Amino acid sequence: MTHPIQREHLVVIGNGMAGCRAVEEILARDPAQYRVTIFGAEPRVNYNRIMLSPLLAGEKSFDDIVINDQAWYDDNAIDLVAGDAVVSIDRAAKTVTARSGRVTLYDKLLIATGSDPFIIPVPGKDLPGVVTFRDMDDVDAMLKAADGGGDAVVIGGGLLGLEAAHGLSLRGMKVTVIHLMPTLMERQLDEAAGWLLKSALEGRGQTILTGADTAEIFGEGKVEGIRLKDGREIPASLVVMAVGIRPSTGLGREAGLAAGRGLHVDDHMVTSDPDILAVGECVEHQGQVYGLVAPLWEMCRALADGLTQRHTGYTGSVTSTKLKVSGIDVFSAGDFSGGEGAEDIVLRDASRGIYKRVIVKDDRIVGAVLYGDTADGNWYFDLLKKQEDIADLRDSLIFGQAFAQGGGALDPNSAVAALSADAEICGCNGVTKGKVVSTIEAGACTLDAVRATCKASASCGSCTGLVETLLAITLGDDYAGERETKTMCKCTSFSHEDVRALILEKQLKAIPQVMQELHWTTPDGCSSCRPALNYYLLCAWPGEHEEDPQSRFVNERMHANIQKDGTYSVVPRMWGGVTNPRELRAIADVVEKYEAPLVKVTGGQRLDIFGIKKEDLPAVWADLNAAGMVSGHAYGKALRTVKTCVGSDWCRFGTQDSTGLGIQAERMTWGSWMPHKFKIAVSGCPRNCAEATIKDFGVICVDSGYELHIGGNGGIKLRGTDLLCKVETEQEALDYCAAFIQLYREEARYLDRTAPWIERVGLDYVKARIVDDATGREALRQRFLFSQSFSQIDPWAERAAGAEKELHQHIAEIRPFAVMETA
Amino acid sequence: MEPEWLDIGPVSQLPTLGARTLPVRGGAEIAIFRTAHGSVHALVNSCPHKQGPLSQGIVHDTSVTCPLHNWRISLLTGQALGEDKGCVPVIPVKIDSGRILIGRAEALAGLGAVAA
Repeated sequence: MTHPIQREHLVVIGNGMAGCRAVEEILARDPAQYRVTIFGAEPRVNYNRIMLSPLLAGEKSFDDIVINDQAWYDDNAIDLVAGDAVVSIDRAAKTVTARSGRVTLYDKLLIATGSDPFIIPVPGKDLPGVVTFRDMDDVDAMLKAADGGGDAVVIGGGLLGLEAAHGLSLRGMKVTVIHLMPTLMERQLDEAAGWLLKSALEGRGQTILTGADTAEIFGEGKVEGIRLKDGREIPASLVVMAVGIRPSTGLGREAGLAAGRGLHVDDHMVTSDPDILAVGECVEHQGQVYGLVAPLWEMCRALADGLTQRHTGYTGSVTSTKLKVSGIDVFSAGDFSGGEGAEDIVLRDASRGIYKRVIVKDDRIVGAVLYGDTADGNWYFDLLKKQEDIADLRDSLIFGQAFAQGGGALDPNSAVAALSADAEICGCNGVTKGKVVSTIEAGACTLDAVRATCKASASCGSCTGLVETLLAITLGDDYAGERETKTMCKCTSFSHEDVRALILEKQLKAIPQVMQELHWTTPDGCSSCRPALNYYLLCAWPGEHEEDPQSRFVNERMHANIQKDGTYSVVPRMWGGVTNPRELRAIADVVEKYEAPLVKVTGGQRLDIFGIKKEDLPAVWADLNAAGMVSGHAYGKALRTVKTCVGSDWCRFGTQDSTGLGIQAERMTWGSWMPHKFKIAVSGCPRNCAEATIKDFGVICVDSGYELHIGGNGGIKLRGTDLLCKVETEQEALDYCAAFIQLYREEARYLDRTAPWIERVGLDYVKARIVDDATGREALRQRFLFSQSFSQIDPWAERAAGAEKELHQHIAEIRPFAVMETA
Repeated sequence: MEPEWLDIGPVSQLPTLGARTLPVRGGAEIAIFRTAHGSVHALVNSCPHKQGPLSQGIVHDTSVTCPLHNWRISLLTGQALGEDKGCVPVIPVKIDSGRILIGRAEALAGLGAVAA
C-alpha cells in the first residue's frame, strides 16, 4: 500500500469509546495512513463508560475502567487534547476551533460526540444536588453525596437508572426509583420479567414507584425532594436524572450537516460532507439510532474499512442488553414485541425464580428475554444474529444449550414439588403436604385411598388436583392418573381449584406473580384467565389487592353495561327495590338531560337508563350521586339486586317485614365481587311474589321465621332453589346469607353461578359448612364482612370525582378538513 | 410512499394492555391499542362481527377480544382469529420520540370506507 508523503490529518472530536475505537480500528488496518488528533471534553484518558455503574457500586476503580492509558496515545503518536472541547467546525476552511481558541486544520474529521443525558424540563432541575449519570464527574458528584448517606431519588427505571440506583443503594443511600411507565426497563423487558425485576429490587430495600410522573424538584438553595404529579412527595438530598439520552448533534447541525434524530451517515459512516465522518451514539443510520455499545463496535469496523479502501459497509445492528446489577441476571435481545407469525416459547420455573421467553418466527429466533438464568443469553443471541434454522432444536430450545444437546427431563409438577412439607393441601380437613405424602407412601395409591385414609380432598374436593399431583410425584410411573383435569384455560395446566389453593399457599398477590409462580405458558394470559385471576386475588387478599383494570371485562371496567351500539346502560341502586320522589326526579332529569332514548324497569325491580355515551357516564353518575344514589352494580359479577315484596307492612298475607329484611340484606352485601352475578330475593309469604326460589339466595318468610333457599337461577337453564334450612330471626337470616356468599366467593370457579357450583359440590357439603358448623359459619361471615369493609365504596362517586378519567375520554380527535378536500 | 403522519399525543396516555379511542368527525372511531410489550396498533374501532367497540376489549399478546361476543381480532392484521371470519381495517401507527403518530390519509380513508 502506498501513502502520500505528507500524511493526511485525521481529527477526532470525542475521546470516548466510539472515537478511540474508530482510531484503533484504523490503526489496525493501516498504522501509517493518518496523523491523528483527538479532542476530549473531559480532562482524562479514554475510559469504558459502560463500567461507570460498577465504579459507582464500588466494584471497580477508575484505573480498572481505563481502556487506553497515556502510553497508548504516546505509542501511536496521537495528539490528545483533553479538557478542551471543540466548539465549532468550519467546513469551508476545514478547521475546528476549541473552547481555548485553538484552531486545528483537518483533512478528515470524525465526529464521535456520543449523546447527552435528557433532562426532563421540570421546575428545580437546575438545583444543586440534581445530577445526571453520564461521565466521571457525575459519578464523583454521586459518591460525594453518598458519603453523607440519606435519601436519593433516581428518575428513570431503565438500564442506566437502575444501575445508578443499585450503586447508590450499595453506597448506603435509601433509594427511590421513579419510573413513568408501568413496568421497569419496558424497552428491553416484557411485563413478566419487569415485574420479577421490580420484586427483586424491592427485596434489596429499594422503593420502586412505577407509573409515577415527576412534577417538580424542590428545595431551598439545594435539592430537598421531589413532588409527583399525584401529589406525593419523596425526600431526597440527591436526585439522579436517568430518563434517557439523546444524540449529541449540536456541532454537526451548526456546521450544516444533514441530521434527523442523529447525524445522517451512509454505510461507511460518512456524513453529508464527504470529508466528515461520524460514529457512535450521535449518528442516525437508515433511520436507526443506537444507545448501546455493541453497534458501536460494528460501526467502527465499517468506518475503518471505508477509510482504508475496503468495502464492507455497516448494515445496522441487532442489539442485546444485560443489566449490570450484581446478583440480578437480566438479558434481552432482538424484537420481543411478538408479531404476525411470531410464536412465544415460555419457560417459568418459580422455585428458581426463572423466566425465559424466546420469540420464534419462521423457524428462526427473532428475540429473547431471560430473567434469573441468563447463561444461555449469548447462545440465543448468536442463533438470532446468524438467523440459524432452529426447527430441529425447537422442542428443547427453551431449556438452553446444554439441554438442547441432550440433558435431563423437565418436571412439570415442580411448583407442587417445591412446596414445603408443612404446606397445607386440604384446607377443609387441615391436611399438610407431608401428611398426604406419608399417606401415599404408606400404601394409599389412589385418590379414593388418600381420601379414606387422611381425609385430604374428601370434603369440598377443591384440592383434588394438588392431591393427584402429589400422587404422581410420590408414585412416579406407578400412578396411572384418575381424572381428566379441567384446566383453567389454555395458558396453564392447573385447574381453577389448584390456582386458588396455590394463591393462598404461596401468598401470591399480583397477576404477573401468579403467572410466573404457576408457570403460565403465555406472556400475559388471555381474556379467560386474566379476569379470573383478578377475582381470585381480590377474594384472597381483601384490602391488599391492587385492581388490574385491564383484566376486567368492559362492564366492570366502565361500571356500566355495554349495549350493542357501544353505548352504556346505567342502573342506580334502589335498596330493596324501594324508591322515592327525589330519586325518581333525579333519574327523570338524567334521562332528559342526556337524551337517553329508553328508560326501563328491570326484572330486579330497578330502573335502567339506556343509551349513555362513555364520555357522559361520569356526569350522569355525579347527578345520580347528588340525589343519594350509588352504583347498582347491574354490570358486575357481583351482588346485583335484592328483590322484595311489600310484606307485612302492607300485604294482607304478609308474615314478616320482607321489604325491611331485603333492604338490610342489600346494605350488607352491595359492592361485593363474586365469581358471577348474584341475586337475592325476600318474599313475605309462601306465595313468593318476589320469586325467591329462582335466586342465588332466597328468603321465604313464614309465620314461625325464615326459610333460606339457595342455588336457584332463571337464565338459560332454569333451576329452582334447594332449601338450606329454616331460621327464626332476621339476624340469623342475614348471618347465614353472609356465610353462604363467602363460601361461594371462596370456592366456586370464576363464572360459575351458585347453581352449577352447588350441583358440583352437592347440597350436603354446603349444609355441612353453613348449617352444621356454627364456628365455620361465623368465620365465613366474619371474612365476608372484613372483605366488605373494603368493597363498599361507590365506584361511581370515585369516577364522578375524576378517577380514571382517561377511560371516559378520547385520546384526541381528528377534524378532517381533508375529507372535504378529497370528496 | 411515506405516509403523512398526525401526532395525536404522548404514548404515556395509552394504558398498557389497553386502548384509547380517536373519533373522526363524520365517521367512526379509531381504536389505538398498546400491548404488554409496548407495541402500538390501530384498528377501526368496530368488530367485523357486530361492530362492537374493540377498544373496550381485553388485550392479550397481539390480539384483542371483542367485548360483545368474544371474537378475537389480530391487532397486526385486523383479521378475526380462530374459527371466526372477518376483517377490520388496520390504520398505520408508529411511535416517534414518545409521540403516537397515525397515518393521516389511511385514517381518513379507512373511516370513509366504514361510513360509506
